[in-house]
Amino acid sequence: MPTVTLHVSTIEKMLGKKIPLDELKDRISMLGTDLEKIEGDEIHVEIFPNRPDLLSEQGLGRALQSFLNIKTGLRHYTALKSNYQVIVDPSVTMRPYTACAVVKKMTFTDERIRELMQIQEKLATTHGRNRKKSAYGIYPLEPINFPIHYIAKDPATVKFKPLGFTEAVTASDISELHPKGKAYAHLTKNWKKYPFFIDSKDKVMCMLPFTNSEETGKVTPQTKNVFIECSGIDLDNVTKALNIITTMLADMGGEIHCVEVIYPDKTITTPDFTPAKMNLEPSYVNSTLGLHLTATEVQHYLARMGFGTEGKTTLIPAYRTDIIHPIDLVEDIAIAYGYENIQGEIPNVATIGDEEPLEKIKNKIRDILIGLGLLEVKNVHLIAEEDSIKTMGHEKGIPLKNAISEYNQLRPSMLPSLLKTINQNQHHEYPQNIFELGRTFHPNKNKETGVEEIDRLAVMLCHETTDFTHIRQICDALFASLGLPFTVKEVEHPSFISGRAGEIILNKKKIGLLGEIHPQVLTNWQLTIPVTFFEIDVAEIVELKKINH
Amino acid sequence: MDIKNLVSKLHPLERKLLPFISQHQELQVLVNASGLQEIEVMRALQWLENKKIILLHTEKKKQVSLGKNSQAYKKTGLPEKIFLGVLDQEFKGLNVITKKSKLSREEVNACIGVLKRKNLIEIQNKEGMEIKITTSGTQSLQQKFPEEIFLQQTFPLDEEQIIDKTTYDELRKRKDFVLVEELKIVTATLTELGKEVAAADLSIEVINRLTTEMLKSGAWKEKQFRAYDVEINVPKIHGGRKHLETEAIEYIRRIWLDMGFKEMNGNFVQSAFWDLDALFVPQDHPAREMQDTFYLHGKAALPKIWEKIKTTHETGGVTGSKGWRYSFSKEETEQVLLRTHTTVLSAQTIAKLKKEDLPAKFFAIGKVFRNESMDWKHLFEFDQVEGIVVDPKANLQHLKGYLTQFYHKMGYEKVRMRPAHFPYTEPSLEVDVFHPVRKEWVELGGAGIFRPEVVIPLLGFDCPVLAWGQGMARIIAEYWNITDIRDLYRNDLKQLREAKVWIK
Repeated sequence: MPTVTLHVSTIEKMLGKKIPLDELKDRISMLGTDLEKIEGDEIHVEIFPNRPDLLSEQGLGRALQSFLNIKTGLRHYTALKSNYQVIVDPSVTMRPYTACAVVKKMTFTDERIRELMQIQEKLATTHGRNRKKSAYGIYPLEPINFPIHYIAKDPATVKFKPLGFTEAVTASDISELHPKGKAYAHLTKNWKKYPFFIDSKDKVMCMLPFTNSEETGKVTPQTKNVFIECSGIDLDNVTKALNIITTMLADMGGEIHCVEVIYPDKTITTPDFTPAKMNLEPSYVNSTLGLHLTATEVQHYLARMGFGTEGKTTLIPAYRTDIIHPIDLVEDIAIAYGYENIQGEIPNVATIGDEEPLEKIKNKIRDILIGLGLLEVKNVHLIAEEDSIKTMGHEKGIPLKNAISEYNQLRPSMLPSLLKTINQNQHHEYPQNIFELGRTFHPNKNKETGVEEIDRLAVMLCHETTDFTHIRQICDALFASLGLPFTVKEVEHPSFISGRAGEIILNKKKIGLLGEIHPQVLTNWQLTIPVTFFEIDVAEIVELKKINH
Repeated sequence: MDIKNLVSKLHPLERKLLPFISQHQELQVLVNASGLQEIEVMRALQWLENKKIILLHTEKKKQVSLGKNSQAYKKTGLPEKIFLGVLDQEFKGLNVITKKSKLSREEVNACIGVLKRKNLIEIQNKEGMEIKITTSGTQSLQQKFPEEIFLQQTFPLDEEQIIDKTTYDELRKRKDFVLVEELKIVTATLTELGKEVAAADLSIEVINRLTTEMLKSGAWKEKQFRAYDVEINVPKIHGGRKHLETEAIEYIRRIWLDMGFKEMNGNFVQSAFWDLDALFVPQDHPAREMQDTFYLHGKAALPKIWEKIKTTHETGGVTGSKGWRYSFSKEETEQVLLRTHTTVLSAQTIAKLKKEDLPAKFFAIGKVFRNESMDWKHLFEFDQVEGIVVDPKANLQHLKGYLTQFYHKMGYEKVRMRPAHFPYTEPSLEVDVFHPVRKEWVELGGAGIFRPEVVIPLLGFDCPVLAWGQGMARIIAEYWNITDIRDLYRNDLKQLREAKVWIK
């Protein structure tokens, strides 16, 4: 998650008073941002993805001001009328929307320019979804000749000097030459044309979604007035981005001027700070939070989160992107009220607890096996491909598409997991008689996901004198305790010694295998002590036990 | 201690060995004299020492014996003496000498070295090596070599008893001449108490083990039972055990069952539809782009309800929400994955509920998956505790109530809620507990009230649904002082056998 650095001194100036650091820390966490660390004057705060408006020191400071009851309610920002125009050409189908503004009377220092670039990046990462939805550019105003054209062109026909370069290059080479071009080339697959901002004297201002031009797109400490464009695939997204950036610059002391954006079919004026309106019933607030707030109190708490109100109507600041349902206002009221002030209460509602039948049976099986002296182990459900090969004769595991570790399959049997356990415990005391209750995975076209999951029990006995009789005795004791008769039918299976393996049959269904593990399998697993094993589906037992009841 | 009492506690082995100790001290001698096995003698000595009847003394000793070559030379004579014997006072070629001596090339080389050092031969190199005997060489043939004297001793020999150290050191350098073995010599001597015990009557017959025979015949009545040393340790045994994690999970299950929650269960392999889209996670949410989800091949079949979810994402549908205002991708929602949270079970449970089932409460304890490499604090598979309360009257206070109650039972007095963000809950909160030992807040998981965009399409109407998903690995690991989280699933049998049980 992106972070913002606040300066205690800036905050204190904004709040108009000193505030103990501990209290500030606590308030920041209770505002709905995550305090990461404090270093001297700097407070690093993590911003949740639903609040891109907090990504700048100004944005977060504004929210804190309201939250701490210093300056509450809706902030009024004005965009002055102007004659600046941006003409959107119908060719920009790949990123058809832009929202623009001019901000004057700014004071830029090197430090502030750096901050501005960072905020732009963070906003493009979160709100712009890594520039996929939108990206933003800030340009010194003076060199620009209005009107600006937002137009898509064949990059082979355009030459300009990208940011950070000393020579002009052909635009079609940007995706290979420029760091931002390389980083975002994946967004422009199959594009024949690219969108450009070009001024009326044909100067290239930027190539989207990559980079500004070095000549017209570089803010310096001498810059006082800037032009801003937020462009992308969604109009609401780009206007919100513009609102976030311009209100931040206004809080830095800038003066905002409108830009007319002329689309082929309509003309809009941006930025537009008219607050969105949403109806909120105090009863909805109270029933959700378990409180008894009056309408006035609701208004008070909304004001503490920077909202305005007109009766039951909430006025939502133009920079808030996350209010899509009244429930979002309810959360903000809860934050203003203070999560720490919410009392815990268990309502007097009678509901009956109930265990999953499968879990019930699994617990019984556990009890029985522990009584027989076995030790429970728990393995992960993923195995390495090599593990299933070593175990021989089992169906293949279900492969994962993108596993980053060697564990890249869902296990088809419990056998490899238990052999691994025994392999890793060779330095410990024998006998090692263990069991595991877990799942195995099998392809099945009739299942929603194409995968069937089977709950299984596996028992493994490992010591010098273990043999078929011994493992069969455990199996017998288990089924006798469960009150279920089963039979064993001889079977050939590569994991087991020939003539010493059987299928376990319950209620006429094959539910598992039993036998002495083949010495080749043991050798594959570097084991030098005999192993016997059985593995059964638990589901059938659960079914039979249900019928019996 | 009363001698009689002490005598009665003696094990039959001790009883048998004790009389020999007054005459012999050394372990090997005791073994031979008593006719017991060495291990039996060792055990008896140990017990006797525990009872302060004897003192055991262990001494390390080096024992010297003859090697393969020196044993042979003892019979055939030393090669250097044979070699010297065939030399003349004139120089002779090495080949001629070797042939005459019948020694091997290797032996000859060794002989030349030894004899040259002792100045018994003279060597010149003309057409190959030529050797003649010196005057002192001729004289030396009249006497025994120090090596011969050394070999005449009786072996094995205590290294400390060797007088001619120079010869010994020389011989050690030669191949297969002398073998040195380190020995531990255990000797036992009677203490003052021991002397008294040894002098006592040890012959009284005691019952060592009560037998069926004795019980049937009543023979035990006439005999005395040997008293045990009940204070000493006995060998360890291990019974069957549940896995550590099972113990903790059973405890947690019991808490939720006691609070009237029904258990949920479901698949690990899920569609993106159930795991994410049904929970209103926007398809372009940064978390979905991250590579920490395990994907499988193939496409999932979608339930009928998917079109409602699509509408909710796109426009909010009937939920009163604006939705995410994008075009919902069917391809994205059909992806097959390993569930990233147990909240998928909550979504599936809500989808099955009817109005008359409410209020209803559910919980699940289940595995969730993250595509990560394992390290000391990360696993790719771990447990989550999930809970939902579907109750038309539920509110945020109840959420805090349930979680506080749960954590009280887990041993945490103070529970705190902090604002957080999850796409499927609003309000969203982070749950912290106050760690009683570390004296700090510890973050354990997320919670909140499901958004109407989640509830309405699945349930068919709006109803507050309190929800939480808490990680338990930290609490479980801490109980057993496990700092490397991998140790919880390492299946180290010693750890599983010896760990304390879970009691809270």
